[in-house]
Amino acid sequence: MPFALTPERERELAEILTRYPTKMAACIPALHLCQDQHGYIDDDVVTWVSHRLDLPPAHVKGVVTFYTLFNQHKVGKHQLWVCRTLPCALRGAGEMLDYCEKKLGIKAGETTPDGKITLRTAECLASCGTAPMMQVDKDYYENLTPADVDAILERLQRS
Amino acid sequence: MLKQTNYLTKVYGLPEGWTLATYEREARGYQAARKVLTTMSPADVVNEAKKANIRGRGGAGFPMGVKWSFMRPHPTKPAYLVINADEGEPGTHKDRTLMELNPHACVEGCIIGCYAIGAHAAYIYVRDELHLSKARLWGAIKEAKAKGYLGKNPFGKDYPVEVYVHTGAGAYICGEETSLLNSLEGKRGEPRLKPPFPAQAGAFGCPTTVNNLETIAAVPTAFNLGCEEFSKLSSIHHLNDGGVRLFGVNGHVKKPGVYECCVGLTLRELIYDLGGGLLDDKALHSVIPGGSSTPVLRAEDVVHAPDEKSPLHAWHGKSVLDVPLGVDTFRNMGTMLGTCCATVMAEGTDPVACFHNLMQFYRHESCGQCTPCREGSGWLLRIAEKLMDGTCSMDELNTLHDVANGIMGNTICAFGEGTAMPALGYLKKFRKEFEAYVKGERKGKDARLAVGAWGQS
Ligand SMILES: Cc1cc2nc3c(=O)[nH]c(=O)nc-3n(C[C@H](O)[C@H](O)[C@H](O)COP(=O)(O)O)c2cc1C
Ligand code: SF4
Ligand code: FES
Repeated sequence: MPFALTPERERELAEILTRYPTKMAACIPALHLCQDQHGYIDDDVVTWVSHRLDLPPAHVKGVVTFYTLFNQHKVGKHQLWVCRTLPCALRGAGEMLDYCEKKLGIKAGETTPDGKITLRTAECLASCGTAPMMQVDKDYYENLTPADVDAILERLQRS
Repeated sequence: MLKQTNYLTKVYGLPEGWTLATYEREARGYQAARKVLTTMSPADVVNEAKKANIRGRGGAGFPMGVKWSFMRPHPTKPAYLVINADEGEPGTHKDRTLMELNPHACVEGCIIGCYAIGAHAAYIYVRDELHLSKARLWGAIKEAKAKGYLGKNPFGKDYPVEVYVHTGAGAYICGEETSLLNSLEGKRGEPRLKPPFPAQAGAFGCPTTVNNLETIAAVPTAFNLGCEEFSKLSSIHHLNDGGVRLFGVNGHVKKPGVYECCVGLTLRELIYDLGGGLLDDKALHSVIPGGSSTPVLRAEDVVHAPDEKSPLHAWHGKSVLDVPLGVDTFRNMGTMLGTCCATVMAEGTDPVACFHNLMQFYRHESCGQCTPCREGSGWLLRIAEKLMDGTCSMDELNTLHDVANGIMGNTICAFGEGTAMPALGYLKKFRKEFEAYVKGERKGKDARLAVGAWGQS
């Protein structure tokens, strides 16, 4: 079945469109809504967005490929982003990433075989004063210790 | 001079501190916007704002009031205020605290800013990862609208103002103002050639002012105190660097965080008095003053400003740690104030490993439009990798200079300089350490960034 937003998300998109003088400006917000629903942006989604906003598919595709947070492939149920940039690294982010890789049995960039967790690295997430930190889906976890990471991973594996 | 204040941060620790009720009760909330819209003309607002000497808090330090004065009414096009809350410069963690803990100051600043520059809409561009920030800003907008502070007749004035939150999708370069405008318009976040500057053709081709989030959030305080009084809170008010601002400190300090102080604070005060000194009471090795694009300073560096006309002359011969954190003072020290969030390194930190970490960042974030930046950032990272794995020759180390210099001045946006300057800074300040890697006296696998084991400090 071709992609379409749920009626609730479609209402949200209609409201978003009222904020801007052009339809094109809703391109990134629309892609976020689609990704929230579908998990990633495939060609069906690109086609739908390009029709909905009267944009060439190449424009939409160009936007999708530019931004790190748009997934072009299916990812795990949960995404875990470990900030690796210098201020976090000074507080042990390197060790924390190693620890996550070991516990999950995967390398950064990979997904656990059960499809539950995708482990990734992030560049500075504006949380350098509470490092080391990671983002799990939409939430920040800061000032992390090994015990905190154990608790986060256990919760995700059970979910 | 260490003088902590709490104009912007008074509501930070309060229960429900981010709500309209707290903001109005505790922080003179919306009094400034009311006064401005009901008693002043836009031209008066701009003139008054200039006296506040608010230097842009986004990194470049341009005077806010002067930027507002560039806006001219256009016969057919609307004007826009765009707020830069893309906070992505490594080491910067201040704007996020305002959005999460004092979102109404951001919204109130937008109302005043829109009125001053002739705009009826403000877009706050928040980086997508900051979900709590977005929610708090939307919450504040909703509350302000319900009270009639936003919308068709704010404070009864026939001057419609709307504020919207817009988000990106993960790209550091979208913090550069013209890239941000492209991203707002729904395009790839590639920086634009300037001119035209945003004041001529910005968002949607219309006259636009881009202000950093902290810049705009400081505006209500300035108008509550009177802009000149606000400016005078700073001990370097005479350098046109006024008011109070948020100072961040991170890395190897005991009490990392964000502190509000009068402008004029020194790095020594930030690191030792506010940051609590270094972990394990180690000695200071080096400090990156305001985000990773600002060249590193060594603990032992001394100010050299024999010229009496230099804004730094008063500190000639003194430690760089004792110079007030100001836009012009730091620019004259071969570095920059940047975002005023310092990253602190203790003795034993390996500068080549720091350089390697940062070059990974810049390689990842170059948008790729300009060849010198795209190829140069890759080249710098390869040299860093070769240093770390012990295969870099002296010739290759010397190409680091040429590559970085080849980027400077040859790119569309300042990301190029933001990459080359810290690279050159590390090489200049730590030449001995870089050469030790080439000679095999130091090895990447022994390089340490953290102090002690993770979770122990
Ligand atoms: C590569 C690059 C990244 C930037 N990132 C940010 C940012 O995250 N936030 C910000 O406010 N300014 C950032 N800036 C500076 C903006 O281009 C612009 O100068 C600023 O938003 C203007 O606001 P201000 O005058 O209030 O500082 C960046 C600049 C460059 C070159
Ligand atoms: S300097 Fe770099 S980031 Fe800026 S436009 Fe050129 S390639 Fe893109
Ligand atoms: S370096 Fe990790 S949040 Fe800034």
